Amino acid sequence: MEPAAVQYDFLRWIVLSPLISCCVIALLGRKLPRVVTGTLASASVGLSFVFGLLGFLQLKSLSGHGEGEAVFLADSLYRWISVGGLTADVAFMLDRLSAVMVLVVAGVSCIIHVYSMGYMAHDKSYWRYFSYLNLFVFFMLLLVSADNLVLMFVGWEGVGLCSYLLIGFWFEDMEKAYAGKKAFVVNRIGDFGFLLAILLIFWNLGTVSFGGIFAQAPRVLTAGSGLATAIALLLFLGATGKSAQLPLYVWLPDAMAGPTPVSALIHAATMVTAGVYMIVRLNVLYLLSPQAMAVVAAVGALTAIYAATIGLVQDDIKKVLAYSTISQLGYMFLAVGVGAFSAGIFHLMTHAFFKALLFLGAGSVIHAMSGKQDIQEMGGLKGKLPATYWTFLAATLAISGIPPLSGFFSKDEILWSAFSSPHGHWAFWLIGWLAAGLTAFYMFRLLFLTFFGTSRADEHTRQHIHESPSLMTVPLAILAVLAVVGGFVGMPEALGGANSFHHWLAPVLASENGTLNAEAAGHFPEAVEYLMIALSVVVGLCGIGAAWWVYINRPGTAEKMADSVPLGYGLLKNKYYVDEIYNIFIVQPVKLTSIYILWKLFDAGIIDGLVNLSGRTVRGLGRVAARLENGYTQAYAITFILGVALLLGALLW
Amino acid sequence: MISLHQLLLLSAVLFVIGIAGFITRRNIIIMFMSVELMLNAANLALISFANHSGSMDAQLIALFVMALAAAEVAVGLAIIITVFRNKQTVNVDELNILKW
Repeated sequence: MEPAAVQYDFLRWIVLSPLISCCVIALLGRKLPRVVTGTLASASVGLSFVFGLLGFLQLKSLSGHGEGEAVFLADSLYRWISVGGLTADVAFMLDRLSAVMVLVVAGVSCIIHVYSMGYMAHDKSYWRYFSYLNLFVFFMLLLVSADNLVLMFVGWEGVGLCSYLLIGFWFEDMEKAYAGKKAFVVNRIGDFGFLLAILLIFWNLGTVSFGGIFAQAPRVLTAGSGLATAIALLLFLGATGKSAQLPLYVWLPDAMAGPTPVSALIHAATMVTAGVYMIVRLNVLYLLSPQAMAVVAAVGALTAIYAATIGLVQDDIKKVLAYSTISQLGYMFLAVGVGAFSAGIFHLMTHAFFKALLFLGAGSVIHAMSGKQDIQEMGGLKGKLPATYWTFLAATLAISGIPPLSGFFSKDEILWSAFSSPHGHWAFWLIGWLAAGLTAFYMFRLLFLTFFGTSRADEHTRQHIHESPSLMTVPLAILAVLAVVGGFVGMPEALGGANSFHHWLAPVLASENGTLNAEAAGHFPEAVEYLMIALSVVVGLCGIGAAWWVYINRPGTAEKMADSVPLGYGLLKNKYYVDEIYNIFIVQPVKLTSIYILWKLFDAGIIDGLVNLSGRTVRGLGRVAARLENGYTQAYAITFILGVALLLGALLW
Repeated sequence: MISLHQLLLLSAVLFVIGIAGFITRRNIIIMFMSVELMLNAANLALISFANHSGSMDAQLIALFVMALAAAEVAVGLAIIITVFRNKQTVNVDELNILKW
C-alpha cells in the first residue's frame, strides 16, 4: 500500500527558519549587539523545533499510536530540476522517521545554541560563529526532511561545508585550519560514493524521490543481486565518511579543534548521525542485499571496539569523547547492519542527548581550566564545578549502560538484536559487549581523572577555576534530564515497557512490520534475553570497577600497566599509527603524483607549454609583420597611395 | 569658358602636389596643409563634374565639405599644438611613442 501524503504548509518553516536567521546574522551581525545575535540564532532554531513538534503531533493524530497505515506530511516548494526523466523538487516530507530526527536535531541544536551564547561570549567573531551554526542547522534539517535523494545530498554536502567552516573556526591557528581541511577532504571521499549511488539509483529505478524508490526498488532490483549490493555499499561508503567509521573516521578526532559546542553539535548529536539516518531511510535497499548488511554490521562492530581501545589511553578530554563518539556510531551501524533499524535510531537519539551533554560538560571544564584540555592536568574539580560534575556523571552513567539511564536501553537493544536478529551473529554481540565494557572503563577514567583526586593544575590555572554561568549550566541540566529519562520511550517489552519508540518507527521500516523481532524472539527463550540484559549491565559495572581500581584505589597502576606492555600501549597511544599509514600510502603518493606528474610535467610542461607555444608563434609572426610598422608617416602614406593606385589601375584596366 | 578637361587637370595637379608635399615633408604643419590641399583638389573635381552635369546637389555638398574641412582644421591644429607643447617638436619622425 502506498503511504498517504498529507499537505502540511508549516514544514518549510522548519527548514527555512534557521536559514533566514543565518542570512540576517551574516549580513547585519557586525552591527547587531551580541545579545540580539545569540538570541535570534537560538530562537530561530527553537522555532524549527516548535514547528517540528507541531508536525509530530499532526502526524500522531493522523496515524494514531499504533502501527497503522503509513502517513506522512509533505510540503512542496517548487520544481527544482527537470531534465529528461530526472525530476527533483524542493520538497519536504515528515514521516515518523524524519519527525524523530527533526525533533532530535532541532531540540539538541537549540540547547547547544543557548549554551554557545555563554561559551562564545568573549569571542571576537561572535556573529560569524552564530551564522555558521544556523547555516549548519539549516542544512542538517534539510538533510533529514528532504523528500528526495538529490535534495538530501544538498543537505549532506552543506553540513560538510559547515563542518569545515566550524572546525576551522579559529583559522588563525594553522593546526585548526588544517583539521577543517582534513575533515572536508575525507568527507569528500565518502560523498563521492554517495553520489555514485544516487546515479546508480536513478539509472536503474528512474527516480530519486524516496516514495518512488520505495515503490520501485523491490520490483526492479533482485534481492541479493550485485547491483543492489553495489548501491548499498556505495551508500555505505558515503555513510562511513560522514559518520566517521572505519576506514574514513580519521577526520573526527582532529575535528576537535573546533569550539567545544561545535563538537557537541556536529560531532556528537547531528552531522555524524546523518549516515545512520540515511541507511535507515533507505532500509528498503539494504534489505535487498544481505551481503551489504553484513558489511555494515561488521564495519560497525569493528569500529566500535577499535575506537574504544584508542579511547582508553587518550589524555585530551575532547579526544576521549571523540573516540567514544566513533565507537558509539559503530554501535549504531552494528544495529542497522543486523536489521535492527529502530534500535539504531533509538541509540542515535539517546547518544545525541548524553554525548552532547558530555561535550558541553567538557566545554564547561575547559572553560574553567582556562582552555586546558589535558586530563592529566585536571583532577579535583568535583567540588568546584558541582553543576558540571553532576550532569557529567549522569551522562557518563548513561553512556556506560547503567540502568535505568537512556544509554542502557538503547545499547542493550542493539546488543540483543546483534545476537538474536536473523542477520546477527554471536560474534557481533561479543564484540559489542566487550566494547561496552571498554566504554564504561574509559568514560569513568575520564570522570575520575577530571573530577576526583587532587588538582594537578598549576597555581595560576587553579585560581581561575570557576563554575560556568547559568547560560551554560541550564542547558547542561536540560540535557541531563533527557539523558536520564530519554530511554524510557524505548523500554523493551521484556522489562515491562511498551517499547513505543520501536512501534512508532515500525511503519517506515520495511523489515520490521512486527515480524523481525517476533521471529527472533521465537528462537530464544525469554531467559536468554534476561541473561543478555544482565550480562550487559555486568560488563558496564566491571568497566566502572576497573576504572575505580586503577585510578582511585591504586593511583599509579595505570603507569605500571603502560610500562609492562610498552608495545601495546604505544600502539594505542599512537592510534594504531593509522594517520601515519594513511600519510605514507595515500597522502604522500597523491601529493607526489600531484607535484611531479600533474603539476610539473602535465600542467607546467604540457598545458603551459601549449599555451606558451601559441603565444610564441603569434609573437614571432608579429615580429615579422612589425617591420611594416616603422613609424614613418610618409612610409604609410606611400603604401597607402600605392595601394589606391593599384586598386584604381585594376578598376580602370 | 573653362572646360571640364582643364578643371580636372587643375584638380589632379593640386592633388599630386598635395601627395608630394605629404610624402616629402617632415613638418607636421606642412603635411597637414598638404592634406587640406588634397581635400580641396577632390572638392574641386566634384564641383567640376557637378557644373558639367548641371546638378545643384553636388555644389551643396561641396559647401558641406568646406565646413567640415574648417572644423577638421580646428581640431587638427589643436592636436598639433598639444603635441608641440609635450614634445617641443613638430617633426613627425620624432613622434614615435606609439611605435612598438
